[in-house]
Amino acid sequence: MVNIAFFVFAAILLASAVRVITAKNPVHSVLFLILAFFSAAALFVLIGAEFVAMILVIVYVGAVAVLFLFVVMMLDINFQELRQGFLRYLPVGLVVGGILAVELGFLAATQLIGPVEAAGGPTAIPPASELTNTQAIGHILYTDYVYAFQASGLILLVAMIGAIVLTLRSRKGVRRQQIGQQLDRKRDQVVAVRKVPTRGGV
Amino acid sequence: MFENVAQLWDQLPLIIRIVASILVITVPLLIGMAMLTYFERKVMAAMQLRQGPALVGPWGLLQAFADGLKLLGKEVIIPAGANRVVFVAAPMLTFLLALVAWAVIPFGKGLVLADINVGVLYLFAISSLGVYGIIMAGWASNSKYAFLGGLRAAAQMVSYEVSIGLVIITVLLCVGSLNLSKIVEAQKGLWFFIPLFPMFIIFFISALAETNRAPFDLPEGESELSGGFNVEYSSMAFALFFLGEYINMILMSGMTSILFLGGWLPPLDIAPLNWIPGPLWFILKICFCLFCFIWVRATLPRYRYDQLMRLGWKVFLPFSLIWVVLTAGVLVYFDLLPK
Repeated sequence: MVNIAFFVFAAILLASAVRVITAKNPVHSVLFLILAFFSAAALFVLIGAEFVAMILVIVYVGAVAVLFLFVVMMLDINFQELRQGFLRYLPVGLVVGGILAVELGFLAATQLIGPVEAAGGPTAIPPASELTNTQAIGHILYTDYVYAFQASGLILLVAMIGAIVLTLRSRKGVRRQQIGQQLDRKRDQVVAVRKVPTRGGV
Repeated sequence: MFENVAQLWDQLPLIIRIVASILVITVPLLIGMAMLTYFERKVMAAMQLRQGPALVGPWGLLQAFADGLKLLGKEVIIPAGANRVVFVAAPMLTFLLALVAWAVIPFGKGLVLADINVGVLYLFAISSLGVYGIIMAGWASNSKYAFLGGLRAAAQMVSYEVSIGLVIITVLLCVGSLNLSKIVEAQKGLWFFIPLFPMFIIFFISALAETNRAPFDLPEGESELSGGFNVEYSSMAFALFFLGEYINMILMSGMTSILFLGGWLPPLDIAPLNWIPGPLWFILKICFCLFCFIWVRATLPRYRYDQLMRLGWKVFLPFSLIWVVLTAGVLVYFDLLPK
């Protein structure tokens, strides 16, 4: 049963990944990318990594891909122009793809040989049966790898500030709502009750 | 008698048991959704000193079904410039996502279809996917109004998810588990809306924004977008959006009751109150939240778009962040952290 499910999800994942790069319409590409994320999450569930699966869906599908879709839909992309220059970019693409393939090969090799014991690596993890996925990940992140975890947080913070600095520009003559000022106003500053004579006007 | 039934139930193949439990959840849910539209119209009518639907069936009770039948008989219109596949898939996706979330909702002690370890995360993930139906509908319609509605929805839902996530974290700090049944069990004696009252309010308001309900119903602002993301939809495709929106409302009310109002637990564990079965308490709490949803809709004017964004990012986000830190600090200081 699990095997069948694995092959179904893996097939969907591969097919949608291929469609991401072959689809003519960029919006379709993003939608296929989302399908690929989703199938990857399903594969994580199958190997029992439910926490990672849910985080994958929440972060990548729920937030990143939404913004991605947002941008792709807003842009007026010329499809013909995108097709051009395929040969020019081919070498770079081949190099990147080659590096990824070699890395995958290394991973497969470690699976065949067996993982190497790292000196001074994480120790004393309670047996998996006592812990849920979430607790196990939390345990490792916040005890063994707490500095790396904090460092990655800082890197993300720097990236965030960088994005804000790059896009922030102060324009003159923009009217903004000053909520504090609005709330501070007293009644007699803004409202006047007048007796208007008939046919006289104010 | 009951033992026989239970034995028979256990002997059935797994697939039949799962399909049967799915039907037991979805059929009442769909009927409940139909009743919710009737309830909404009646409550709003009462608040506006009108009568509301009163002609179809006794007290107009069958009005929702009449509306559904009418929509079923309408012609399906697909606009000429529309992207057909995405256009048709969008309402299906919305409806599907609204239904699958119910798999993890515990209706009572042990009464849950899938009692998974990461129940809260699952709900959060599914509700964050809900935006796709709307944004796809807006884009595929090939219409300005629909597109603007879809973009608004995307920005709005992403903004309010952040504060919902932080609110969920404060609740999880008090429980120590992501399992929904355990979250309810942890509220025995003290429902979380008392110690975490500000978070309860933030969660409820964010739930309004997440389900695109008034006063945050900008994606379908009638006055400026003539109906928003679903302008181009007719017939059952429109009905599926409608169903999805209302089932999401029920789902968010269910989440509010599970996280803050003690799920299936009675208010006090004393004689007349704990005679009422748990699922009934759960349904009562959901009805209370739904009433608040409708009450808000009948009372408040729609937010302006920049006000909506300001509320989400500049008020709710910092406030809920501070509350996460505060809750964690208090729990650690008084040694109340769940083991």
